[in-house]
Amino acid sequence: MTLGTDLAHSLELRQKPSWRRAKNTLMSVLLGSAVVVVAIPLVLIMYSVFAKGGAILFKSFPAFLTHDIPPTRAAGPGMGPAIVGTLLITGMATLIAVPLGVLGAIYLNEYGVKSKFAQAVRFLALVMTGVPSVVMGLFVYVVWTLHHSITPPHELTGFQGFGGSLALACLMLPIVINATEQMLKLVPDGLREASYALGATKTRTVLTVVLPAAGSGIVSGALLAVARAAGETAPLLFTIGATRVINTSLFHGDSTALSARIFENAKEAVANAQERGWGAALALVLLTFTLTVIARVTTAFATRIK
Amino acid sequence: MVVDSASKPAQDLSPKSSVRTAAPSVPEMRPSMVAALMAAPTVFEVENLDVFYGAYKAVRGVNMTIRKNQITAFIGPSGCGKTTVLRCLNRMNDLIPGARIEGDVRYHGVDLYAPDVSATEVRRRIGMVFQKPNPFPKSIYDNVAYGPKINGIRDRAKLDEIVERSLRGAALWDEVKDRLKSSALGLSGGQQQRLCIARTIAVEPEVVLMDEPCSALDPIATARVEELMRELKQKYTIVIVTHNMQQAARTSDCTAFYTAELDKAGQRFGQLVEFDVTAKIFSNPRDTRTENYITGRFG
Repeated sequence: MTLGTDLAHSLELRQKPSWRRAKNTLMSVLLGSAVVVVAIPLVLIMYSVFAKGGAILFKSFPAFLTHDIPPTRAAGPGMGPAIVGTLLITGMATLIAVPLGVLGAIYLNEYGVKSKFAQAVRFLALVMTGVPSVVMGLFVYVVWTLHHSITPPHELTGFQGFGGSLALACLMLPIVINATEQMLKLVPDGLREASYALGATKTRTVLTVVLPAAGSGIVSGALLAVARAAGETAPLLFTIGATRVINTSLFHGDSTALSARIFENAKEAVANAQERGWGAALALVLLTFTLTVIARVTTAFATRIK
Repeated sequence: MVVDSASKPAQDLSPKSSVRTAAPSVPEMRPSMVAALMAAPTVFEVENLDVFYGAYKAVRGVNMTIRKNQITAFIGPSGCGKTTVLRCLNRMNDLIPGARIEGDVRYHGVDLYAPDVSATEVRRRIGMVFQKPNPFPKSIYDNVAYGPKINGIRDRAKLDEIVERSLRGAALWDEVKDRLKSSALGLSGGQQQRLCIARTIAVEPEVVLMDEPCSALDPIATARVEELMRELKQKYTIVIVTHNMQQAARTSDCTAFYTAELDKAGQRFGQLVEFDVTAKIFSNPRDTRTENYITGRFG
């Protein structure tokens, strides 16, 4: 009997009210409110973009996406040239930066590893992610745009979509390299060994085992870079010029882009232009969103094993 | 160790016969059987093998002969160089930066480390199964077909046939034949390890090296893999590293016992203590260190 009561006494399992308990509650509240605080700007941004941009984009629905850009003071829809420009310029930048970046990352993680050269490249890529995008624009302006301009009387300015693509590619490259290398690092060495043990060469192992295993991660990294590039304005200011009509060429004549249009329209003291600026902002958000969804679905489909 | 002397005949307490009681039991071998084992053709000859990791000499002075269609087990405590020596047999150590060997590893008389020998070619003939099941994140079919595809087999019917034969060979076919296209990662640990064995034998190697293939498996899956090994040895030569002495005793024909020693400079290194027919190692070892290890007095 004595044993029984002793046991019951020592088995006091209910939690005693204590400072620890209060601290736990306090931390939960603090963390919860931190989440709310973080969410406020996000929600506000999305709200204002949708509210103000939606007013023009959805009111004149397909027209806003296809029509030419009207003169600044005129009312009405039209962001067609900017959408075409953004798709072409960012698309070309992706074509340049993603293959180069992925190949670079493969070199760094699979071949160079700890060699001096690889270490240097890795360090530079890291530093380059921190370089302001305006510097990339300036760089391309000096090494590319200026070389393509002809002084009057021909008055070719050298502005072209491709210059913008180059600038954006410079911006995307380090992001793609870093993201891809991180993903390759996550592929377990056991998989590489299994492949080598079957008599596979290094190239074969990288192409058929390592890359597919890191595939979805690499696509995410590339997407991050694309989304970042599509929204960049500064590198385009120096390089693509401006136009109000659709220009489907990356190499002839001025081009324009959504981000550049947002910048141009937002600084005008005209309500009509500002409205189009908001519309362009919403179009850009939707465009990036759509691209992300498409890429996600495609990777999920491509890497799917039933 | 507490020995219940009452339940054992008195003569079993003598030092020599206590080996028999505590060590994993192996069936007695007639001299003619031992002679038959020794007469099998040689596959590997290892002579004065030293393995270095950078400046560190990890394994010293290994000599042994591995024979055809036998299971050779490497046993010994952790850090004694079993896996290191195993990985020298198909040049997997090449993948570790700074690893190199001195001495000779000959495969059918050919020096595996000669400058004109390609590690890739070596590994096509000498396959490996790893400690942790490591199927590719692909379908079961693609896992097995991976090796044959490397060797240039593209024909679908031929691949189908190889996949079926390999999965049957690894005693996995009946469990997976209806879901060959599903992910290999959905299999249980034991199935994954048998899949890795199927993947290895799909390239029809001559030798299969196994690095603690059962250490991540439960006893039932272990029993299946062991049974499989006994079947596979009809066609292949098997070298297995194991921490499980019962496993070595149950499955292998020859056993190599390794230990870790300290040299004069206080550096730990692995060495081969004794290499002999398994029945002899477990019943009548020459070296006292072997005897201590298999009876559980050490390691």
